[in-house]
Amino acid sequence: MNALEFIVAGMLAAATPFLLAALGEMVAERAGVLNLGVEGLMALGAIIAFIIVYHGGGHLLGFLAAGLASAALSLVFAVIALGFRANQVAVGLAIGILGQGLSALFGKTYESLTVKGLPKLSLPWLSDIPVIGGLFAQDVVVWLSLAATVAIWAVFAYTKTGLVVRAVGENPKAAHALGYPVIAVRFAAVAFGGVLAGFAGAYAAVVYTPLWADGMIAGRGWIAIALVVFGTWLTSRIFLGACLFGAVSLASLAAQATGLDVSSQLLSSLPYIVTIIVLGIISSNRRLLKLNGVASLGEPFEQ
Amino acid sequence: MSALPLGFLPVLVRREHASLAIKLLAPPVALGLATLLNLGLYLLMGRDPVAVFHAMLLEPFLSWASFSEVLLKMGPLLLIAQGLAIGFRAKVFNIGAEGQFILGAIFASAIPIWLPQATGQWIWPSMLVLGALGGALWASLTAFWRVRLNANEILVSLMLALVAAQVLNYLLLGPWKDPAGFNFPQSVMFQYDAMVPILIPGTRVNVSLLIACALSLAAWLFMQRSFAGYKLQVGGLAPRAAAYAGFNEGRAIWISFLIGGFAAGLAGAAEVAGPLGQLQRSISTGYGYAAIIVAYLGGLHPIGIIFSALLMAALYIGGDNAMVSANLPVAAVRVFQGSLLLAYLVAIAFVRYRLEWRHAAQGSAP
Repeated sequence: MNALEFIVAGMLAAATPFLLAALGEMVAERAGVLNLGVEGLMALGAIIAFIIVYHGGGHLLGFLAAGLASAALSLVFAVIALGFRANQVAVGLAIGILGQGLSALFGKTYESLTVKGLPKLSLPWLSDIPVIGGLFAQDVVVWLSLAATVAIWAVFAYTKTGLVVRAVGENPKAAHALGYPVIAVRFAAVAFGGVLAGFAGAYAAVVYTPLWADGMIAGRGWIAIALVVFGTWLTSRIFLGACLFGAVSLASLAAQATGLDVSSQLLSSLPYIVTIIVLGIISSNRRLLKLNGVASLGEPFEQ
Repeated sequence: MSALPLGFLPVLVRREHASLAIKLLAPPVALGLATLLNLGLYLLMGRDPVAVFHAMLLEPFLSWASFSEVLLKMGPLLLIAQGLAIGFRAKVFNIGAEGQFILGAIFASAIPIWLPQATGQWIWPSMLVLGALGGALWASLTAFWRVRLNANEILVSLMLALVAAQVLNYLLLGPWKDPAGFNFPQSVMFQYDAMVPILIPGTRVNVSLLIACALSLAAWLFMQRSFAGYKLQVGGLAPRAAAYAGFNEGRAIWISFLIGGFAAGLAGAAEVAGPLGQLQRSISTGYGYAAIIVAYLGGLHPIGIIFSALLMAALYIGGDNAMVSANLPVAAVRVFQGSLLLAYLVAIAFVRYRLEWRHAAQGSAP
């Protein structure tokens, strides 16, 4: 397998934690809530899934429990940021620290243990194509994540639910005047984001690299938040951004495998550096951000 | 929304005047709340909560030996938090102080690593100055990205903190590794003149704590008594009014980041020129993130931050105690920090709001 084939085959799997977490954050942000705790939500989901899979509970139960645990933590965020109208930046940071702390606390006795990942499901014919065939052999979570991406896109493009969420984010006062429960919609959006962040963490810990190491999320939650900006709050662009980051993280692995003489520290920081550069490029287009941004993002709602 | 069994719903109602009493009460109430929650967690984990409470929250204050360690830890937290709070009041969120701290340590270490034979009283002050400049330089990257490229400063500063950790790794595994250090990722031990003088004989507390206290006073003067500080605060409280008055937003961002980076870099320099005495990986133990909590818990006020820095430092020492005496994982400190900030954010809500129980039928939920 050459480097290109390696990247094509692994890109979607590497992209999945970014994709799931970023889509969850996108939904919360579209409802007007900036949740900066994604890194902590992912870390908590990761350890919960790992513990359950390690003790033989199976991947399905692991993912469900991870989704529930992260949703519960994201509801703590919602109660304090939306219920008590606290500063969303500060609450998000606190949730991030708490989630990472809980993850380290629960994971202490699991350090360096491994679990079994998931088998790849290949699409017939397509997976035999040279070079890009690997793209069509993915595990079930990747396939489901792709389906979820399409579903989320469709909800925002075609359904009333999507419209209500956007209305609540764009102009909460008007949405309230029309009779929509602003706070309830925001709670739901945050909880949905929490579930997806939990799944993202679970995928990272029990499928993508099924080995427990404290701090294994390694900034992926933060990159997911940046991806929402890259994607200018649009599902399709967030998907492309996640694929880019999947490819970047694999490219550093491929470069190391081919014995390229680049320091491993430079390769490890490549995703962060790419994030900084892309963030600069996209954000400098102020019109684009203004056009697609969410008007009430981070603002508390008072009747 | 369904009504509670009794038919009453709690509603937050805005107070006519912000309550100063609650603002002062919020930190101790938050500490009590966080303590209760965490002791409950330790109970679930099968630890003796009384023993943990004693080790974590009392022992740091019970002997001079451990209290002096608290003072030692307080220095960097106080420095970083004072710098960050100035930005936070202007609603400029520098959350990458950890990276600026690391760069400060790296810049300061350059002097003893490149000039290991040098002697003289000029060395440690130059290290502190160079470290502060290094931190400010690293922070200025974020300021540039924010002001010129309109990029979100929270994300950029955090990403740069992750990059800084890799720069440190690179130096310690490569060019700056101690050749006689058995392959450990650490630099040579620094010479005597590279060490900040001890302040209190018999302890490890050094002059940098004095510097941190002096800079706290400077922060108070800057924020409460200077026009530049006033402009920053107006920018944070009422951005539109600030823009109308002609206060430059870009300038506020530059000032916030340069001060924050300077203070964090100074703290990093004082760490390598103080208790560590060499550049090593364990330099980054999350001070930059803990300082965010210190800043908020101190009400973003220079005087309040002195108390919250003391508390957070005690929590670090207490966490180490509890690890030894009650077999509590170190991660428990991070859990405590996170829940402490959450509890504070709940408590502080009551400065501006009060709780009212309204009948569900006349409640304002649609």
